[in-house]
Amino acid sequence: MALSDAPQFGPATALSCRECGTLYDLGPIFACSECFGPLEVAYDFGDVRREDIESGPTNIWRYRALLPVPENVATKPNLQPGWTKLIKADNLAAELGLRSLHVKDDSGNPTHSFKDRVVSIALEAARAFGFHTLSCSSTGNLAGAVGAAAARAGLDSCVFIPANLEEAKITMAAVYGGRLVAIDGTYDEVNRFCSELIGDELGEKWGFVNVNLRPFYAEGSKTLAYEIAEQLGWRLPDQIVIPVASGSQLTKVDKGFRELIKLGLVEDRPYRIFGAQAEGCSPVSAAYKAGHDVVQPVRPNTIAKSLAIGNPADGPYVLDIARRTGGAVEDVDDREVVEAIRLLARTEGVFAETAGGVTVGVLRKLVRNGALDPDAETVVLNTGDGLKTLDAVAAEARPTAVIRPSLEAFRTAFAN
Amino acid sequence: MSVSVRIPTILRTYTSGAAEVSGDGGTLREVLQKLDVDYPGIGGRILDETGKIRRFVNVYVGEEDVRFTEGLDTPTPGGSQISVIPAVAGG
Ligand SMILES: Cc1ncc(COP(=O)(O)O)c(C=O)c1O
Ligand SMILES: [Zn+2]
Repeated sequence: MALSDAPQFGPATALSCRECGTLYDLGPIFACSECFGPLEVAYDFGDVRREDIESGPTNIWRYRALLPVPENVATKPNLQPGWTKLIKADNLAAELGLRSLHVKDDSGNPTHSFKDRVVSIALEAARAFGFHTLSCSSTGNLAGAVGAAAARAGLDSCVFIPANLEEAKITMAAVYGGRLVAIDGTYDEVNRFCSELIGDELGEKWGFVNVNLRPFYAEGSKTLAYEIAEQLGWRLPDQIVIPVASGSQLTKVDKGFRELIKLGLVEDRPYRIFGAQAEGCSPVSAAYKAGHDVVQPVRPNTIAKSLAIGNPADGPYVLDIARRTGGAVEDVDDREVVEAIRLLARTEGVFAETAGGVTVGVLRKLVRNGALDPDAETVVLNTGDGLKTLDAVAAEARPTAVIRPSLEAFRTAFAN
Repeated sequence: MSVSVRIPTILRTYTSGAAEVSGDGGTLREVLQKLDVDYPGIGGRILDETGKIRRFVNVYVGEEDVRFTEGLDTPTPGGSQISVIPAVAGG
């Protein structure tokens, strides 16, 4: 399918192998046939100006000139995600001893996680390639995002999840009316299943957002970088903490920052990228600490199920980026995840899911161990909504008192 | 030992489009060597110049990712199902 000169992909010109540079026509392919390396979208951006972006819609389509999407993408039926709040987190900063901290709160997306960003790009690719069914392997959030996007676009959907996910994620994945298939196994096993389904005629004309549409999907995470820079007044943060499951998001935030520098949209200053994992699924953090440049897969066991990918495809790139930028990859245990969810809620009024707990927990740990500079401008991502992982805090977040409806009862209950 | 090998889409040019081929060998290394004899060039797509499994490919013997077992020395008893699968991004 040679669509290189089709206008459906805006400034995108080709797919290029991130490992060996081999070029391919834009199409529903994701791995290099020379070396299996992941394919990335390559562009010819031309001139992109701040004013054009600023006059665009208040969603990710304001950056359409930097994405593999058609010029008129904002008029198509899609979820219009993004332009989420960048919260100046002075209370949390004070508690942690940081001078300047912002929380990029992506729980404000249509299906309450950053996944709406990536799915929206994959959806446009699915339309361009004539696919009738949108699919994915998911740790939970992606399944809901795919179901919702397909419903809006009028496509069929069939999404695959590990059977042991949180109830709220299962409900959210199912409610949009597409097919939801729960698989007895880990995410990595679901992923493997999907890879085999793609080669089979059962999966023909299916767009798997994170498999055969992965090069397009992944570009969606660049919009986090663009938004953060624009919301800071067209400036890059000095340091940023990002959760890592497959490592796609972190890898693309870095790509987004580099593009902004290259296009002259922000000043060329060094920034440091830090990755966050849960101890019970920390293959990238372990490789970072051991000085390795490949990642040994693990079997996940953590409450941070959205980050429970034991065999992270972009793990090697996370290691490269953390080392290149002077960042690090760190992990926290489940107890610290719960503490961090409560810390963020108590200080800033933001209720994060476990992935956000991992990221804020790692932020706190990195401040304590001196890896983060307390005087530098810092951004931390909250990528999902606490309502999807209620069990993590349900036992601790309880009524302060249960009383009869009388002043006397209230006075007695709070006598001391 | 006779085994079967599932071929990912991007390598099916080597197998005339076949999604599954039969192979032979007591370990994964031997199976891949034989596979390269039967379908010249395919081995170099799965292993890098130093003979290690490429960093973006996953190989399974049965249900097990061989990075959890003995890598290329993983035994492949008769009837084993071997799968070669490109790494994919998650979530
Ligand atoms: C809430 C949340 N945050 C972060 C991630 C990490 O994404 P990636 O696989 O791109 O590293 C996920 C992935 O599933 C997620 O659901
Ligand atoms: Zn390549």
